[in-house]
Amino acid sequence: MVTLELNEVGARYGRRQILTGITTPPLQGGQVVALLGPNAAGKSTLFRRILGLLKGSGDVRITGTSSSRPVAYMPQDTGVNAVLTVYESVLLARMQGRSLKVQQQDLEEVERALRELDIMALSERDISDLSGGQRQLVGAAQALVQAPDILLLDEPTSALDLHRQIDLLSILGRLARERRMLVIVAIHDIGHALRFTDQALVIANGGFVACGPTPLVVTSEMLRDVYQVIARVENCTQGQPQLIVEAAV
Amino acid sequence: MTEDIRTMTTEGRERGFYRSLVARRQLILGGLLAALLISLCVDLALGPARYSLGEVIEAVLAPGNVSDQVRVVVWEIRMPVALMALVVGASLSIAGAQMQTILSNPLASPFTLGISAGAGFGAALALAFGVALIPAAIDYVIPLNAFLMAMLTSFLIHALSMRRGVTIETIVLLGIAMVFIFNSLMALIQFFASQQAVAAVVFWTMGSLTKATWPKLWMSLAVLCVVVPLLARHGWALTAMRLGDAKAESLGVKPRGLRLEVLVLVSLLSAMAVAFVGTIGFIGLVGPHIARMLVGEDQRFFLPGSALCGALILSVGSVLSKIILPGTVIPIGIITSLVGIPFFLFLILSRRKASW
Repeated sequence: MVTLELNEVGARYGRRQILTGITTPPLQGGQVVALLGPNAAGKSTLFRRILGLLKGSGDVRITGTSSSRPVAYMPQDTGVNAVLTVYESVLLARMQGRSLKVQQQDLEEVERALRELDIMALSERDISDLSGGQRQLVGAAQALVQAPDILLLDEPTSALDLHRQIDLLSILGRLARERRMLVIVAIHDIGHALRFTDQALVIANGGFVACGPTPLVVTSEMLRDVYQVIARVENCTQGQPQLIVEAAV
Repeated sequence: MTEDIRTMTTEGRERGFYRSLVARRQLILGGLLAALLISLCVDLALGPARYSLGEVIEAVLAPGNVSDQVRVVVWEIRMPVALMALVVGASLSIAGAQMQTILSNPLASPFTLGISAGAGFGAALALAFGVALIPAAIDYVIPLNAFLMAMLTSFLIHALSMRRGVTIETIVLLGIAMVFIFNSLMALIQFFASQQAVAAVVFWTMGSLTKATWPKLWMSLAVLCVVVPLLARHGWALTAMRLGDAKAESLGVKPRGLRLEVLVLVSLLSAMAVAFVGTIGFIGLVGPHIARMLVGEDQRFFLPGSALCGALILSVGSVLSKIILPGTVIPIGIITSLVGIPFFLFLILSRRKASW
């Protein structure tokens, strides 16, 4: 099974140091990890560093995979105006680095990704016509179709309605377990993190704050220090952890 | 069980959609190719010496069966011009398509990036003052000057674009600045040149296929044949570039390296094309837009689609240039602009959806 371990990982853009000293215990496949932190904490930078798009200090160790490209990354959504259908845009994510000839198996993988995310109905639509939420689901399909061992998703739920947010996070949890895949999701909704993720990695100002099982990491102290809010976590009558925010600090 | 059947049906429908999309695009490419062959035949049939279409086709297929005069007119005079229209049209259109793709800008083309203007300046130096940037046979001084200035322009744009902090929007602005610089230099040349030289410069900048000869055709074709497979090799990566740098990068594409490589290739392609026939500004802009509307932006169809559209526009332009004023061949650059731009506006305005 795939394992990702970060050891004192740093990253810089030019001379500007963006990340320093990010360390995690070995994060194993089959689970969902929340990457938490306020705006401009360095979450996207950490993803780019893990993917190898940025150089920096420290060590990103990926073991237990035979794939030459074990990590797939879905960046934050930006609008596109390409004349491509959803089906084609997912196919081209699958075909990168492959020959121009599309095999039957490639089409099957595209359809599997679209089906997993329940967006088969969008297949024939032009990507330029999609709403922000639909684009995010297509973005997730583009990452998933690469059959990665590690899936990095940068705020995949930011433009989704509540129903779709819950759907997507549940699907990611199921896929992580079924495919023994490690899914890391940058997310701002702490309530969703508590409910849908197994572990949480918290960063702030480009530095490491905490990493461990989500219920142990998301505490009133962490919320006060990192997010500057007075908040607490309580279980509801159904036993689900809920975030109750009282005020900004 | 019901669930299985439902899933399989949906799957079948999506697969069917994709297959029909591919089939439709192949059909469109086939249609363009057929139109191109018809246009080529008509182009060959037209000229001051009046031969029937049948006679011309026979001269093409069985040169031994026709008189020497027909054979010489068709093979030595009309054929290089007609084929040059195809090669130059395809080259300029491919160059425009890839410039638009890698710079994410619908206005990018050899013309708007200043490459054609650079070529025009190089040609004007030779035409007005007899300046040869590199000593060459007299027939080749003008195209060689044009080619060198076109390449120099694109290398200047590359060099500036490699500076830190230069975005793709800046590259297009640099190109537009190049156009203005070369236009000013051209005005300066025309101010100092003789009246006869000014006329030659103006004629060159109008673009004309009549300068085509077999050796020039082979050279242009050779560049096209080398560049196209190199571009096709990056088909998936180039398609991904249209999703934006961040997305392309996340899919494993290296946007900076790819952009540089493709810019060099398309500069070569457009420099070669304009060097021999002069400034034909409209093909590189409109050919790709029409191809995009017809076959989308999957490079497996967009690349051949752009080539065929560009070749067809220039070939039809060549036909029109001979029939508008019987007995006079109007410079092709004027025709393509006059006929093509209204057609382009019609295409844009008649579509409900934005084409870019």
